[in-house]
Amino acid sequence: MNVVTPQIRTAAEQALVDAVDQHLAAVPIAGRVGELRRAAAAAFATHGLPHRRVEEWKYTDLRAILREAPPLAGPLDAASEAEATFKALSVPGAKRILFVNGALARPASDLLALEGGIAALPLDSALAAGEPMADRVGALAPQRYDGPLALNTAFLGEGLVVRVAAHAKIAAPLHIANVFTKDDPATTYGRVVVLVEEGAQVTLVESFQGRDGVAYQTNSALELSVADGAHVDYVRVQEEGDAALHLGTVMLEIGRNAQFHSFTQTSGARASRVSVYGRFSGTHSHAGLRGATLLKGRQHADTTLLLDHAVGHCESRELFKTVLADESHGVFQGKIVVRPDAQKTDGRMMSRALLLGETAEMDNKPELEIFADDVQCGHGATAGELDEDLLFYLKARGIPQKEAEALLVQAFVGEAIEFVEHDALRELLIARAEAWLARRA
Amino acid sequence: MTALLEIRDLKAEVAGRQILNGLSLTVNKGEIHAIMGPNGAGKSTLSYVLAGKPGYEITGGEVLLNGEDLFAMAADERAAKGLFLAFQYPLEIPGVATLTFLRAALNAQRRKRGEEELSSPDLMKRVRELSKKLGIDPDMLRRPLNVGFSGGEKKRNETLQMALLEPLLCVLDETDSGLDIDALKVVANGVNQLRAPERGMIVITHYQRLLDYIVPDVVHVLAAGRIVETGGKDLALQLEATGYAQYQGEAA
Repeated sequence: MNVVTPQIRTAAEQALVDAVDQHLAAVPIAGRVGELRRAAAAAFATHGLPHRRVEEWKYTDLRAILREAPPLAGPLDAASEAEATFKALSVPGAKRILFVNGALARPASDLLALEGGIAALPLDSALAAGEPMADRVGALAPQRYDGPLALNTAFLGEGLVVRVAAHAKIAAPLHIANVFTKDDPATTYGRVVVLVEEGAQVTLVESFQGRDGVAYQTNSALELSVADGAHVDYVRVQEEGDAALHLGTVMLEIGRNAQFHSFTQTSGARASRVSVYGRFSGTHSHAGLRGATLLKGRQHADTTLLLDHAVGHCESRELFKTVLADESHGVFQGKIVVRPDAQKTDGRMMSRALLLGETAEMDNKPELEIFADDVQCGHGATAGELDEDLLFYLKARGIPQKEAEALLVQAFVGEAIEFVEHDALRELLIARAEAWLARRA
Repeated sequence: MTALLEIRDLKAEVAGRQILNGLSLTVNKGEIHAIMGPNGAGKSTLSYVLAGKPGYEITGGEVLLNGEDLFAMAADERAAKGLFLAFQYPLEIPGVATLTFLRAALNAQRRKRGEEELSSPDLMKRVRELSKKLGIDPDMLRRPLNVGFSGGEKKRNETLQMALLEPLLCVLDETDSGLDIDALKVVANGVNQLRAPERGMIVITHYQRLLDYIVPDVVHVLAAGRIVETGGKDLALQLEATGYAQYQGEAA
């Protein structure tokens, strides 16, 4: 017999439920997406924020972390926009679309209307215009309840829909930059829906930055469909302000004969959690999901990955590196599911942590759930300190301790970053990692 | 004249075990000293103690490099002052390109000595010249340091580092180990090109063979943590014939 434990809402949960009600009334959305939003609101009202007794949230007790529910950021002003334009990450050669405090900054954004095969439209206008693309919202959502995603859906409004036309080869990366500039805490919700059609090729970048010392909250969700034969590179840079809470959901569907490579670089926020839901829906595809996380002080960062080999003959590679200084806390949970019919699946997952601080902590939980019998799958996890012998070798060549440490840390994350094929992006990620190390020294 | 290196009655322990038992040795500028000895005599310990490897406890004696107290300096300071240890087993560092490593090492030493850093084009030019002399494939410079290198490539790389950093005192720890005769000649040739009036060298080896190619001025026999005999280059040949048995008896 299942006993439903009556749940008493925390003050933050109650505030969120109230804010959702207000938002539903203030920003009407009709049709299927409107219903989706109402359903998400109802689900959140029932289940609330995930806590440590929920398996997937064991190491990141969101109910304990999210104690305050700051209001929505409100309308965008010119000063914030100017500041964000200046502060936002600059990706060489990219088309940039800028969200400031959660709102689309239209003048500062390179909005594209199927120019050279790529269209990027604001979510609200796409919904209002009944764009078929907008109707894809929620299409890749997981079956199970996901608290941050439910909130993101309940607060639907701001966001972007992107379509890359079949066989289009888009040379310039599309960069969706998010910057928080306010002095007072606020919450931002953004939904990005991307469809990369058959045989198309594109590089997508998302970045998140914001003001230090302000306890703002970012809740971002991406739904990315990689159609048959498409080739997509996705880079996510999370450099939120040091008091921020960052919640991200990345949903992927990968078709047949497709290539998908992602790289997540995380160094920001007081606490962050990114949940990745990936699914192979067509055979003979390859996915490489990798990332580097650099933490210091009392930062907490959680990367949780669920990769569903729903069909056979696909290959997946995961490599996540975490550097933990001071008293920081890292979490990696990765699960590869191989369905009964997904024969000839080849999946490898590895999480490596480098502990620089004596009280730093890493929780590694790699899992395989295999229901097919003819597969090759493996996973591993390591956590260790810098190699004393390597440090000595560098010092014996005249390199001082701090610099030797930095070189080895850079090498550690570099082994993951080097998988990023786009030269300018790879160099940018290396430079950001170097800057992190320089700030630490 | 101040000796380049002066080791006086050096005693050192590893994990509570005494390895060096009052070792004394003086190397002057321009001299090449060979240190030979049986396994376990303390040859590698001596090289690590000089370079400043953690885990070695100095329990007695002193070492002066150009008249300065070596043990008052951290490992990187010793390197900047001109001490270079060519490792018996050079380490692999995945993720650090050889050239990046060379640049970091050279410029760190130059900074510490108050010299200007070498610009990237100048460094590249210098490294290319030296690589050519040592028969090092320029592609190797872009590869992670020593990763996947053969034994010979690793030792050539050590020699390249030594040539680039231009140390005052080179300590070569069993440079011949793991090398075939062709690789040995290339490395020895590289070392010989570094012979200079202001530079001293300590060549540590188990076998006499290396000393056919790097001809020493002085040969020492190290046994049970002390220098037990010193002679000219003929001593090495004599050892090749008689082995180390006589010294092992003496040391015990």
